[in-house]
Amino acid sequence: MAELNYGLSELALEIRSMMREFAQTRVKPVRAELDEKGIFPIDLLRELGKMDLMGLYIPEAYGGTFDGDSLPNIIAVEELSRVCIGVSVSFAANGLGSDPILIGGSEEQKKKYLPAIARGEKLAAYALTEPNAGSDAGSIRTTAVKKGDKYVLNGTKQWITNGGEADVYCVFAVTDKNRGARGVSCFIVEKGTPGFSFGKKENKMGIRASATRELIFEDCEVPAENLIGREGTGFIWAMKTFDVSRPGIAAQAIGLAQGALDEAVSYAKVRQQFGRPVIANQGLSWMLAEMATKIEAARALTYATVRTIDSGAKDYSKFSAMCKMYASDMAMEVTTNAVQVLGGYGYMKEYPVEKMMRDAKILQIYEGTNQIQRDIIGLALNKEYAGAAKA
Amino acid sequence: MGLLIDREKCIGCGACAAQCPFGALSLDAEGKAQANEACTACGSCTEACPVGALKIEAAEKKSAGIDLAEWRGVWVYAEQREGALHGVSFELLGEGRVLAEKLGVPLTAVLLGSGVEALAAPLFEHGADRVILADHPALAAYTAEAYAEALSALVRKYKPEALLAGATTIGRGFVPRVAIEVRTGLTADCTGLDIDPATRRLLQTRPAFGGNIMACIECPDHRPQMATVRPKVFKAAPAQPGRTGELVKETLDLKAPAVRVLETVHAMENEKNVADAEIIVTGGRGLGKPENFALLRELADALGGAAIGASRAAVDAGWISAFHQVGQTGKTVRPKVYIACGVSGQIQHLVGMNSSDTIIAINKDPDAPIFGVADIGIVGDLFQVVPEIIRALKA
Amino acid sequence: MHIVVCLKQVPNTTQVKINPETNTLVRDGVESIMNPFDENALEMALQLKEAHPGTRVTALTMGPPQAADILKEAVGRGADDVLLLCDRAVAGSDTLATSYAISCAVRSLGAPDLVIFGKQAIDGDTAQVGPGVADWLGIPCVACVRKCEIAADGKTATVERVSEDAYDVVEAPLPCALTVVKEANVPRMASLRGKMAARKLAIEPTTAAATGADPALLGLAASPTHVVRIFSPPAKTGGAKWEGLEPAEAAQKLVAELKNRKLV
Repeated sequence: MAELNYGLSELALEIRSMMREFAQTRVKPVRAELDEKGIFPIDLLRELGKMDLMGLYIPEAYGGTFDGDSLPNIIAVEELSRVCIGVSVSFAANGLGSDPILIGGSEEQKKKYLPAIARGEKLAAYALTEPNAGSDAGSIRTTAVKKGDKYVLNGTKQWITNGGEADVYCVFAVTDKNRGARGVSCFIVEKGTPGFSFGKKENKMGIRASATRELIFEDCEVPAENLIGREGTGFIWAMKTFDVSRPGIAAQAIGLAQGALDEAVSYAKVRQQFGRPVIANQGLSWMLAEMATKIEAARALTYATVRTIDSGAKDYSKFSAMCKMYASDMAMEVTTNAVQVLGGYGYMKEYPVEKMMRDAKILQIYEGTNQIQRDIIGLALNKEYAGAAKA
Repeated sequence: MGLLIDREKCIGCGACAAQCPFGALSLDAEGKAQANEACTACGSCTEACPVGALKIEAAEKKSAGIDLAEWRGVWVYAEQREGALHGVSFELLGEGRVLAEKLGVPLTAVLLGSGVEALAAPLFEHGADRVILADHPALAAYTAEAYAEALSALVRKYKPEALLAGATTIGRGFVPRVAIEVRTGLTADCTGLDIDPATRRLLQTRPAFGGNIMACIECPDHRPQMATVRPKVFKAAPAQPGRTGELVKETLDLKAPAVRVLETVHAMENEKNVADAEIIVTGGRGLGKPENFALLRELADALGGAAIGASRAAVDAGWISAFHQVGQTGKTVRPKVYIACGVSGQIQHLVGMNSSDTIIAINKDPDAPIFGVADIGIVGDLFQVVPEIIRALKA
Repeated sequence: MHIVVCLKQVPNTTQVKINPETNTLVRDGVESIMNPFDENALEMALQLKEAHPGTRVTALTMGPPQAADILKEAVGRGADDVLLLCDRAVAGSDTLATSYAISCAVRSLGAPDLVIFGKQAIDGDTAQVGPGVADWLGIPCVACVRKCEIAADGKTATVERVSEDAYDVVEAPLPCALTVVKEANVPRMASLRGKMAARKLAIEPTTAAATGADPALLGLAASPTHVVRIFSPPAKTGGAKWEGLEPAEAAQKLVAELKNRKLV
């Protein structure tokens, strides 16, 4: 297949071919069952660990293979998503759960937690959202009160990806309720800590292989050394994490949409109506053409954003928001159109596009709804043009 | 020895490279044909070459000094398991009879085991003129080493010109060792056997490349000429009650085998074996998931107890155990009725089932190769058609 | 423990097609792969290595220079050493001569405790080389194994040997050879670090002479069997093909036909 020259490194190309084969041989045969029964793909993740693919974003010093280029990880997410984003989000959530440690953690914290995560022996999760704190992350109510050399956590986290399955959780809690967002801190909490339990596992519309669960903290004592950075810096880690993780959501969207396009084009070439394949109908082939174009546009935007972040740029929130928003809106559109191309078959569970369309919706919602992304972009524009208006 | 390439004659047309089934030929830097290690000197290319630049040089005359005339008679290895003869033994006797008559020699069955003398009678009834029995405690349980040692000793003593064995897990397990021991050739999994009347040579035909090509193989200068034959390829000779022959009891000096069989587990007893079934319902990739074999089992029940078969794709996907696999790497079957559901019909599957009496295929894809061998092909969705067949059968 | 796994590079026969006009094999685009059964053999060796620390796994193949690819794949998955036997002298070998050549290569690696093969290769489907090599080496061979455990003292292997309708639990003294069936395991995929190591690996081919093989026992001249003719299997032409029928209609027609032919 012809492809644009994104100047991918040898490592990125190697990982792409490994992930592609893994997705085809390991994930594709089981994706429908994982989806139907809501089975968490722990075996697949452990196998990825053995293949050295769980530490693509973790520097070599901590057992991973990250060498300053984030594209190998982005491409791994993309390839996995092309077959099943229920599996890919379970994979990618480890990155999200590890990011606060990578960004704000101490050397000791990194050495303690990251190598096992890189080997796939331990899974990570990121715990910010609460019943009353979604987009408004500053309004979280989980509290952490310092008591000697411990913090005591109380509260409930909601819709935590990898909840119950992960071993290491980065949990955001209020240490000073008078300071709003500046009073939030981030703690590493290990599964099995007394006072830390799990609520119900959610029954979801899509990404059903992934585990989405409540975390419950009842007088849960966490060693003070598990605080990431200083008290009150949690919100910084939360937002910085999103800035670097949103291109990952875009990668899920691009992979998912590519998978839907693969199905749609293959079907359109084979399906005969009125004595010819349906792809010969201009209306339908234009639909496919637009799908393909939008996927490539999203990919170009996302790869460029990742390169910009890797280059050490200071200000990239706007681009992270753009690629998350554009790619996920695109994925919703492309998967919906893929169902349309397959017609009645597309609506049936025998074909994978039905699942892809259900899976796509979450991409417009999680890690900041697409409305929040537009706010971020709008805010950035307002700032950037502040000088221009005066001039 | 091997393939000779006349570089003067070669015009670099590449016809040989296109023809070579082993991918051993290519054009070198000067545009001349060259062969690599994959060459088996099969000679396919010599026919393809338009200018006669290729030829197979006859192997040097063997100096092994084997006097072919000393070796006479056709042998069949009569396989028994736990005191019961395997069906392939009767099939081999049927084919062995034909070969023996072409050669004008007697047909011998060789029986190895412990306390198995009673099995000689059915071997005579199915066409053996002579049964050589090696009854020994070391042969009580099958181990490749002891069985190979016993059969090699008998071969050296009696010098048969041809030896046939079933291509079962047992036959394929120990007969290769016999071939090495007596330094002769062994052709595996033959689907056709014949005698060249001029040379008395055994012509052994077998599929290769997953059934994509057939190869005819000879063993001209070594004896015995050995072949394994897959079960169900030949038809069993009908029994002639009361027919008898010469029973030769051999006392062999065998070591106690170093390999010990601790236990035999018949884990598959509840499952019908496709190898013996009259009717087989087979599922392929089109089933989509393991649970859908339940639909085929329902059809099998409605057909009065058919066996369940599976294509390699279904087995490789982990939907069903390899016990059910039909094809080149599974079992060869020859049922009265073979119903393939959602099986595309890869050549390696077809070679395992295309001698079934009646083949029925159900597949969504009208171009699926399975329709090329089907007596009745139904183009349609198996999930719609199969329930209707079950309904019609029950009506 | 030292385990030698014997691998073969084969064309992916499931991709091979026959050109109906010329009646020849169409090999274009057919990739060369590690024989699928050999993948199970390699996986069994690697699992034994994990279960028995200090175990060394050597991957061995005989073939053209490009067969080094499957040795690199084996290293990517975790094999420690490789041996590529590559020699024009072995060209045209049948299973007798091939098993001799491989037995010499195995012997040249010292005295391995276990030699593991796939049940058969998908291009030749003979299933003869594993048992044959064992015979040349004078060691036992258990064919069609789906499970293998090695005793803690490293002296015996307890294996499950499958047959058509049962399985045997078999105990074999080491050294011995095994041939492995597909149901034994799910072969792992190569790891990223393994692939990187394999990429750097320069594989020097070994000649048959270097393994101590007697030239008189190699190649076409030492092969009792000869392919005298190769031909395409006669194409079976299909019978009736029913298209466009309602499922119920097709089903009734089929059942009537089967009853008519007295098949049910």
